[in-house]
Order: sequence, then structure tokens, then C-alpha cells
Amino acid sequence: MLTLEEKQEIERAIHQVPLRKAACIEALKVVQEHRRWVSDESLKDVAAFMDMSPAELDSVATFYNLIFRRPVGRHIILVCDSISCWVMGYEKIQAHLSQKLNIGFGETTLDGRYTMLPNPCLGTCDHAPAFMIDHDLYRDVTTDQLDAILEKYT
Amino acid sequence: MNKPLTQHVRPDGRPLTLQEYEKAGGYAAVRKALKDMAPQAVTTLVKESNLRGRGGAGFLTGMKWSFVPMNAPKPKYLIANADEMEPGTFKDRILLENTPHQLIEGMILAAFAIQADNAYVFLRWAYKQAAKVITTAIEEAYAAGYLGKNILGTGFDLDMHLHTGVGRYMCGEETALLNSLEGKRATPRAKPPFPQISGLFGKPTIVNNVETLCCIPHIVNNGAEWFKDLSRGSDAGTKIYGVSGNVKRPGAWELPMNVTMRELVEEHAGGMRDGYRFRGALPGGASTDFLVEEHLDVKMDYTSVAAAGSRLGTGTMIVLDDQTSVVGFVKNLEHFFAQESCGFCTPCREGLPWVEKILHTIERGEGKPEDLKLLEFHTKYLGPGNTFCALAPGAMEPLQSALKYFRKDFEMLIHHKISA
Repeated sequence: MLTLEEKQEIERAIHQVPLRKAACIEALKVVQEHRRWVSDESLKDVAAFMDMSPAELDSVATFYNLIFRRPVGRHIILVCDSISCWVMGYEKIQAHLSQKLNIGFGETTLDGRYTMLPNPCLGTCDHAPAFMIDHDLYRDVTTDQLDAILEKYT
Repeated sequence: MNKPLTQHVRPDGRPLTLQEYEKAGGYAAVRKALKDMAPQAVTTLVKESNLRGRGGAGFLTGMKWSFVPMNAPKPKYLIANADEMEPGTFKDRILLENTPHQLIEGMILAAFAIQADNAYVFLRWAYKQAAKVITTAIEEAYAAGYLGKNILGTGFDLDMHLHTGVGRYMCGEETALLNSLEGKRATPRAKPPFPQISGLFGKPTIVNNVETLCCIPHIVNNGAEWFKDLSRGSDAGTKIYGVSGNVKRPGAWELPMNVTMRELVEEHAGGMRDGYRFRGALPGGASTDFLVEEHLDVKMDYTSVAAAGSRLGTGTMIVLDDQTSVVGFVKNLEHFFAQESCGFCTPCREGLPWVEKILHTIERGEGKPEDLKLLEFHTKYLGPGNTFCALAPGAMEPLQSALKYFRKDFEMLIHHKISA
């Protein structure tokens, strides 16, 4: 069941476009904002609300990298794995994060705190290597900074 | 004023507020155009300025606008493509985060020229700071009467919305972007019809890159000749160039169109870091052909870079050094393209993962001599004309040029069975 708040937010998005269906990505974003991920049940609820079949909505949901169709942790680490960050050694950063958190790409820590994902170029190539945690961007990262950064998120 | 686009970018990264932008002469171009110019006159001016699209394709902006039927009923759409996802590209971020009103002013002018009544900024998910800044700026512009109904009492109406994406490189392709805005998968559309005739929701639509749109207020204020004179060569204006990789001072700089690769690498980026030698560079993002040492004096404009066998693309260069594996470098690029392929057409969907797999095998020292032939086969069959959009042909550009300039690097790994 979508909450009243979710429905209102989705309605606002629908108002901005000439076709109800056109707001379906916004609708998925709303649900993800509230629940961190889009479960099968949420997907069906959103589809019904948007006058779409679940299959049609899922074809959209699973197309985009940042709509999560599986549970994720409280915080999302997006490690840039594109060319400038690769040249500047993102693999060392990722290895350190993996060791520290005991997870690889696509995995979530046992305490549900972090999910780590690879992400295409974050557009800050003059400050490579870079990664994001939730809305925060970290640039020119060195391995000795990582412990302090990770402690900021609970 | 030789850096019109970035003259107001502050070292601390605080964006210009509406008042600060107005004080610096902002929105004068909107007053001038909406009050004293016919829409077609704006298009003619931009045509005469010789402005070419800064998103990578380099198409003449005024020409693009002129394809929009002026007598078509509304709605018509103007879209700022702020889905900067070309690996190695970080130029639009600067404009989005620092001078949001410059973009909005450019969008109002473009919308006026084509008589659009709806505008969207299509912004990539990762640009969180930009999303905040643009949201505030759009609110400020509405409050000041630059957006909404009857702008400045001229009778021109324009609504503007920010749309933030949820990932996928494909969204940067203009027709795929339109599908995404319509709530669909970001797969490209067949052309014709071109978006100028039938774009968003089947209505006439112009999609322009952020940097392109930011040039418009300056052209309207100062004229076409002034804009051409900013450049040192045949392609007009300034360009935000960038350099990343193992150089001393990676960064981005607004410079006259036509600087050389050498000036960028050696002067602006401070040369290679100690212990690293320059071997080559992708001049304009991941989907451009390598240029090498012999090209260092090539001028970084659309025509000259094309003549040297590559593309200016986004103008943000990724440097390859002698400590970095060429095969690993290209594999990283092809991994990106394989992952970001929308899967719509077969050569791209099936070919790119195959290319990545071959490169992975070579990188591990398990390649066979015939693998190079297989890679060459792909550079032709995934090239222009064989796929639905430009993603796979773009992906083949660094590969084909790596095989041309750095063939020995591939052969060494294959013949000596060593890993990179």
C-alpha cells in the first residue's frame, strides 16, 4: 500500500507532465526515497496507481542503475569506476573499502549500514579518484582518509 | 571579457544569486531579445555566430533551431541536456553549480527563439549540488518574473522544471533523453522524424547542451562577430577544456577555441607528473579516438581534431601515460560501454560484452594472436551505419585507435603470455 504522503508526492509529479505514465520514474523515486528500495509489492502498487501493468513499470524500473529492486543498506557508497578514476587508482580505494566493510560491489554489510556499488563517471575527473556516500561527494581520496569518512555515517 | 562563461565562477564555489547575476549584467540579453527582437532574429544571430553544440556532436546550434516549425501549435519544448555522463567529462558541472542563472537565461533565449512554452533541465542523478542550486535559481527566476506568464510584460510565457535522472549514460543521447522524460526506458528513437519536428510527447523539441546554452546570453549581448573573435580559429567562441589523468594540475579552463593539445597538457595542466611520460590522450571523452605525441600541436577545435582522426567531443581530455596499461585502459572504457548499452540493437548489445571479454583475456596474458583480428572485426561491425545510435560507434573509437597506435602493447601481452 502506498502511503498518503507517497500518493501526494506522486500526484505532484503527475501534475508536471501531460501524460500520467510519464511521471512513473518520479513515482519510483518517491517510493525509493521513503523505503530505500522498490519491492515487488511496491512496484505493483505504483503500477496500479500509474495505470500501468507491473511488467511495463518493471521494464522501466530495472532499466535505470539507481532504482534499487533489491534491499539496500542505510547508506549507499557509489564508487566511480570509470576511466580517470581507474587511471588514478580507484581499485585501491575499492579494495580498502571492501576489506574494511567486508563487502564487494553489489553487497550490503551485515549490519545493514552500507551497500557498495560501482558507478559510471561521477564527473569530477580532475579530482580522481572519487566516490559518493548518499548525497556527499568525496574527491582526491586517499586510503588513509577512508576510516574517518566511513565513521560519519551510522 | 575573454572568459564569458566562467568569469563569475568564484574560488569558493558559491553560486551567483539572482541579484548578483543581475548586478553583473545578467538577464540583460533576455530584456533585449524579448522586447526588441523577433524570435527568428535570435536564431539568425546564433546562426551567424557559428556556435556549435558543446555536447560532443558539434552541430550548428542556430541551424538546429531553424528546423523547428514556427507556426506549429504549442506546446513546444526546450531541454537543457545536463546529463553529463561521458567518462572523463566534468565541464558542465562547473556551469551548473556556479552560474545557474546563466543557464536559465540561455534557456529563456533559446525557448523564445523557437517559441517554446515549456523547458526542462535534464540533470544527472549524481549532481546533487547542482540540483540544489538549479532548484533555487528557477524559484528566484519565477519570483523575479523571468519565468512564468507574460515574462517582463512581453506576452511571452515559459515554464521551467528540473528533472533529475536515475542513471544511464544513454539519457545523454537526445532521443533517448526524450523517452526518459516521458517515463520510458532510455532507448534511442529512429530519426526522422527529428526532435525539432516531433520530440517530447510528439511536439517540436530542441535539446541543447548546458555549455551551448550558456553561450547564448553573451552572443545576444555582444553580437555574432564578437563571439567569433573570441576564438583563435575557424570554430567560434571559447570552450571549457579539461585534462585528467597523471598530470601535475588536472583541471578545467575556459580558453579560446583553437588552443593546442600541447598548451593544454603542458601549460594549463602543468605537464606530466614526475616519473610519467605522455603516450596519448582521448581528446574529448571516452568515445573519441586516441591522439598521440605527434598530434600535440593539433588545435583543439572541431575541424582540426577531426582532421587528425579523432573528435573534439566534449573537449575534456583523458591522458594515457607510460605507467598505465593500454589494454587495461581500453578494457575499462569498453566495460563502461558494454554496461551502458541500452540493449536495443544486437551489434551493440552482443558485441560490446564480447569486446570487453576479449580485452580481459588479453589483459590476463591469455590472449591469442587471432584476438586482434576479432577486435578489428568489431571496430567495423559496431561502427557507423551498423547500429541504431552512436553509442557503439563511439565505443569503437578508442579501441580502433589503440589498435593503430599501441598495437605492440597488445602483441606483447599476447605473444609473451604476460599479464598487464
